[in-house]
Amino acid sequence: MGSHATLAGDPPVYDFDIVRKFAIMTIVWGIVGMGVGVLIASQLVWPSLNDLLQPYTSFGRLRPLHTNAVIFAFGGCALFATSYYVVQRTCQATLFGGWLVPFTFWGWQLVIVLAAITLPLGMTSAKEYAELEWPIDILLALVWVAYAIVFFGTIVKRRTSHIYVANWFYGGFILTVAVLHIVNSAAVPVTLTKSYSAYAGAADAMVQWWYGHNAVGFFLTAGFLGMMYYFVPKQAGRPVYSYQLSIVHFWALISLYIWAGSHHLHYTALPDWTQSLGMVMSLILLAPSWGGMINGVMTLSGAWHKLKDDPTLRFLVVALSFYGMSTFEGPMMAIKSVNALSHYTDWTVGHVHSGALGWVAMISIGAVYHMIPKLFNRETMYSVNWINLHFWLATVGTVLYVVAMWINGIGQGLLWREFNDDGSLTNSFIDVVIFSRDGYVMRLIGGALFLAGMLVMAYNTYRTIQSANQSSAQANAPVQAPVV
Amino acid sequence: MDQGTVGAISTVLVTIAFFGVCVWAFSPGLKKRFEEDAKLPFADEPEFQQNDDQKKNHPEGRI
Repeated sequence: MGSHATLAGDPPVYDFDIVRKFAIMTIVWGIVGMGVGVLIASQLVWPSLNDLLQPYTSFGRLRPLHTNAVIFAFGGCALFATSYYVVQRTCQATLFGGWLVPFTFWGWQLVIVLAAITLPLGMTSAKEYAELEWPIDILLALVWVAYAIVFFGTIVKRRTSHIYVANWFYGGFILTVAVLHIVNSAAVPVTLTKSYSAYAGAADAMVQWWYGHNAVGFFLTAGFLGMMYYFVPKQAGRPVYSYQLSIVHFWALISLYIWAGSHHLHYTALPDWTQSLGMVMSLILLAPSWGGMINGVMTLSGAWHKLKDDPTLRFLVVALSFYGMSTFEGPMMAIKSVNALSHYTDWTVGHVHSGALGWVAMISIGAVYHMIPKLFNRETMYSVNWINLHFWLATVGTVLYVVAMWINGIGQGLLWREFNDDGSLTNSFIDVVIFSRDGYVMRLIGGALFLAGMLVMAYNTYRTIQSANQSSAQANAPVQAPVV
Repeated sequence: MDQGTVGAISTVLVTIAFFGVCVWAFSPGLKKRFEEDAKLPFADEPEFQQNDDQKKNHPEGRI
């Protein structure tokens, strides 16, 4: 092997126990979070479902539960699992940190459980994607610092001379999310369950969307690009298309994303120049996003045939296609005149989900399918056909979801801006709600298909682990206690 | 120095930094090095190192 990057000799026995835990919880929280998503999608079709157990099951309380569960529980566990896996294997070192490693797992699960309890109870700081109240925020910060120590400690003790690009993306994601979370969560506590933001007015809004957009840029993009740079080459069996491009991709992406947040506040009390800056930076962001996407997809050049019979690889590549699509759509929606049509409509919801389902979930699912057999000493998953089934459920589900929201969103935007000659609105609000109903039904079907795919994945994983346990019992050798 | 000047200077500096990264990453002298670095994900595979059975027989590993 290469003289520069690698050392000869045996790699250490990795700490895969923590990776197994996080990988399994990725699937569990995926089902929970998407299940809540399907429930609230149903509430928009049948509003009486809000009354299942008022006030806890009202849309307003379950929606933050859904977003927190899919982003931080499902996406977060996927990031923990893959980053711990990738950093060990590309640094050829076991995880640093001792008890901090299990602390990140149990601490993170505790944060999720506390979120699942407090949000339906109505305890919220009312900041989107940062709703958790201050005691949970402090716990989250502690877990995150532990995560940073484990991750960067492992990089410090690496046995390879080079730090592989995936670790740069994971590292950028961990550092930035720490800063974002701590700054945006600064608040004045009033009681144990109530606090007020440390910022006021337009500044509060700007801090919130500086956080909010960079949660997208670093949590949901940089972290998952780290995944992409390891799992796409691994699953395709060839190195990334251009390592040089990946370096430019990293520096350009992290230095541009941080400026784009104000596009969430077009036509608000935010100063005009700040809005224009956010718009321009969002447009420039298209370049590194597509550079990275092309780098990932071109990794397959010369090996396209592998897509035919490897559904795991298909998950990874379709994820990149959705990434390309939503990072084109995003800058377009950041243009102020387009935003005037799209903002506050379902178009935004569709855009988020083409990123969340198409990119984040699909790349995570592909990575978990890649890891599970290796973590449990199997050749493959229990059934590759079921991965294929999952792939089609996920793809069709995402497309249905996104198309439904495009139709709804553009329709809503056009209906809301229609005026009569005397300047009054042509359409009442309820007219637009009635217009949206068909799209809500179509979105529910898409979301339910995606959730069904996750259930297929859970069963496939269960059978894979079960047969791993059986074969280890049969082997009755003194080995095969989980390799730690 | 007023705000506009600071803005102009930082724009120029960031532009220089960006082209610096590009020139560095694509400099011909480093091509070979990066090609090797790109193979890192495969460097710990059994065919290059040891297989899982050997690993199990040496559970203490090499750390």
